Amino acid sequence: MTAGTSIRQRLFFQLAGIAALLSVAFFLVVQVVAERAAEGTQDDILSASAIAIADSLRSEESGVTLELPYSALSMLSTINEDRVFYRVVAAGETLTGYEDLPLPDETPQLGLPTFETLSYRGDEVRSVSVVRAVGPATNLQNVVVTVAQTRLGLEAISRRITATATGVGAGFFLVATALSLWAANLALRPIDRMTGAVTRRGPKDLRPVLAETPTELAPLLEAINSFMGRLRASLTRTEDFIAEAAHRVRTPLATVRAQAEVTHRKLQKPEHKQAIREMIRAIDESSRSAEQMLDHAMVTFRADSLAVEQLNLSALVEETCERLKPTADIRDIAIRTKAPDEPLMFEGDSILLQAALQNIIDNAIKYSPEDSEITVRVDAGADLRLTVSDQGRGFGAGDHSKLTTRFERGGNVGNIVGSGLGLTIADEVARVHGGTLEIGNNPEGVGACVSLVLPRL
Amino acid sequence: MRFPCLAASLIAFLSLSVASAAFEIEDQRLYTADPERSVLKIISTADLDVFDPILIAFQAENPGLSIDYTVTGTSDLMKAIYVDGAQFDLAISSAMDLQTKLANDGFLSSYASPVAADLPDWAIWRDQVFAFTQEPAVLLVSEAFFGDDPAPTNRDELIALLRESPERFQGRIGTYDVRRSGFGYLVATQDSRNSEAFWRLMEVMGRLDAKLYCCSGEMIRDVAEGRLALAYNVLGSYAASQKTTTDGFRIIEMTDFVNVMLRTVVIPQGSENVEAAQAMVDFLLQLNERPDLVAASGLPAIDASKFQANASLRPIRFGPGLLVFLDQLKRRNFLRNWENSLVQE
Ligand SMILES: Nc1ncnc2c1ncn2[C@@H]1O[C@H](COP(=O)(O)OP(=O)(O)OP(=O)(O)O)[C@@H](O)[C@H]1O
Ligand SMILES: [Mg+2]
Repeated sequence: MTAGTSIRQRLFFQLAGIAALLSVAFFLVVQVVAERAAEGTQDDILSASAIAIADSLRSEESGVTLELPYSALSMLSTINEDRVFYRVVAAGETLTGYEDLPLPDETPQLGLPTFETLSYRGDEVRSVSVVRAVGPATNLQNVVVTVAQTRLGLEAISRRITATATGVGAGFFLVATALSLWAANLALRPIDRMTGAVTRRGPKDLRPVLAETPTELAPLLEAINSFMGRLRASLTRTEDFIAEAAHRVRTPLATVRAQAEVTHRKLQKPEHKQAIREMIRAIDESSRSAEQMLDHAMVTFRADSLAVEQLNLSALVEETCERLKPTADIRDIAIRTKAPDEPLMFEGDSILLQAALQNIIDNAIKYSPEDSEITVRVDAGADLRLTVSDQGRGFGAGDHSKLTTRFERGGNVGNIVGSGLGLTIADEVARVHGGTLEIGNNPEGVGACVSLVLPRL
Repeated sequence: MRFPCLAASLIAFLSLSVASAAFEIEDQRLYTADPERSVLKIISTADLDVFDPILIAFQAENPGLSIDYTVTGTSDLMKAIYVDGAQFDLAISSAMDLQTKLANDGFLSSYASPVAADLPDWAIWRDQVFAFTQEPAVLLVSEAFFGDDPAPTNRDELIALLRESPERFQGRIGTYDVRRSGFGYLVATQDSRNSEAFWRLMEVMGRLDAKLYCCSGEMIRDVAEGRLALAYNVLGSYAASQKTTTDGFRIIEMTDFVNVMLRTVVIPQGSENVEAAQAMVDFLLQLNERPDLVAASGLPAIDASKFQANASLRPIRFGPGLLVFLDQLKRRNFLRNWENSLVQE
């Protein structure tokens, strides 16, 4: 998976992008609304001032006159320490105030203040103008009152609002981004969970995945499970086929071997007898291979779904040795067992453990000279150890780690019949029980020493 | 100390449209530094003998600075900066309204003084007008006239007293001629805003043939020498410093309200030695830390605790309100009313 196609990243960037958009929108809205409000406040005070001035206009014989109300200008100091300008114009003549203060472009209508923003004496000012008719009915005069104020207070307010809006917007963005990250992770957690459920499995665990998944992932999980089902079926079929094939080969081989032996007895000529002996040997090899393949298939199959039970290792060893005694007796080999008296409990598959032990002891018998001794020891230390040592030829020098691979036989076998699967079986059994198989030469003298090491509960 | 006698051209000047002759210099002194590194040009309405100790102390803190100190009246100071565009680094004036107008109309440069934080916020306006003294307008009564009698403590009592025995006070009360005195005009207009009693008082004083003065000094002298029974709206700071050398009068702060004028310093836009000007502003704003200078000059430093101690003290507030009585029509109307009340020929 490349970084460009990470759902997490895409989800995160999309959410963060939305948060950024919202933050900016929030910032702009607050800015506009607050500035309107502040401007509105200044406009209201300015018109109140202009109206107060207009209201105090009087007409005398000499013309229009004005008694500038103190409050008209002092009220303008409520916003800030802003500069204030005013001008009263009657019939085109400036009655009082700042003569150069610009009048509105259009004469305002009666009762309707006009607002303007303009530059005056080096500052931006907001100006309001109102008109009032003054004088006797015969000689009504329109008097224009203009009041203007700089906008420093407004700018200060606007700066404050900008700072606040920026802070809140940025804070919102940061929080939203953090939440996006969290949300993206949360949304993808089922995928992680599923991945974990699949990766944690052993290489041969092909059971369906039962992890809880959201509906969106259910089809994927179903696909995985159905795929694993098919895989398992196919594997089982293969193993069945091997077992079946081995079985089918073994039975006719037994017949052929019996016939060959009868023939061998009847034949006189030594070269003919030799040919038949070689034939018998080949038949033995094939038969052994088939037998071991069958065993191996059995082990593979059982390992898939281990039938775990409480078992007594000492009893298991005793039993296996008993079973192999006749084979050993033929070659005058004695099997000695050394096991503790008390039962040694272990949780495992007894059939598999028997198969493993049987293969190890079988080797010891096979590769030992006649009239020798085999020791089978059961030790309970940090681990449980089933050790089989013999007085045979041993493994020789060099690397014998390969001997646990399938069909791998040692260079020391001579003409002893075998298929190279015995240690493979023992090794697999050790591993499905969480243990190991240790192969080596007998540290105290001649012979091989093979241990099945199982973990203690 | 000298108090401004406004020139006859005041009204023309206040309309600010008529060009007039150059401003009048009343006094000037150069405090030369040796070696001289820069010059600070100050235009001020405060007399040399008042400001001399402050200037010398400031120069001592700023070696290499020469000070060119020019004394003029309040309206001449205004004219110098507003109309003539004369170049000064600092302008010091007792006319709060005119200084406010300079700031409002854009003739001053701003300075965010680091010592401003220690001052009450009514002492600074727009970072352009800095108040460094607080000087109340008080009532002076003559010891010779009142003797052990209690003196009036508020305007209503004063009016009642004057009405009670007009014959005693006939021709023996004094106040500012607001047509000639900038300070007189400022406190009179503030009085008129604060109390209805003001116009009644002017009425009564007019009937008693009040004498009109241009300056506090003469009023104090006439009260001390018993020619006047009382003088209304005298500059308290000056009276207090006179009291140390002259007897014969009492200073009374009215209990209804006392207008407190703030003497201000500003930095005009044309200032060529802004650094020294700002240093001087800081120096003046910290006048309260120099009791020696306060004593030597007789200028009371800004002290907000005085206002907390005496609720009737009211600092005249900066702001566009001060521009109202500078309006030509307003001024004309006010003077007309004042003349109608007080000058009853
Ligand atoms: N006890 C032993 N002593 C000496 N060599 C041994 C012993 N056990 C195993 N080996 C060596 O390890 C090799 C692998 O053993 P493994 O049991 O897998 O195969 P095998 O015995 O040859 O065939 P089979 O499948 O019939 O048992 C043997 O071929 C032999 O060389
Ligand atoms: Mg073997």
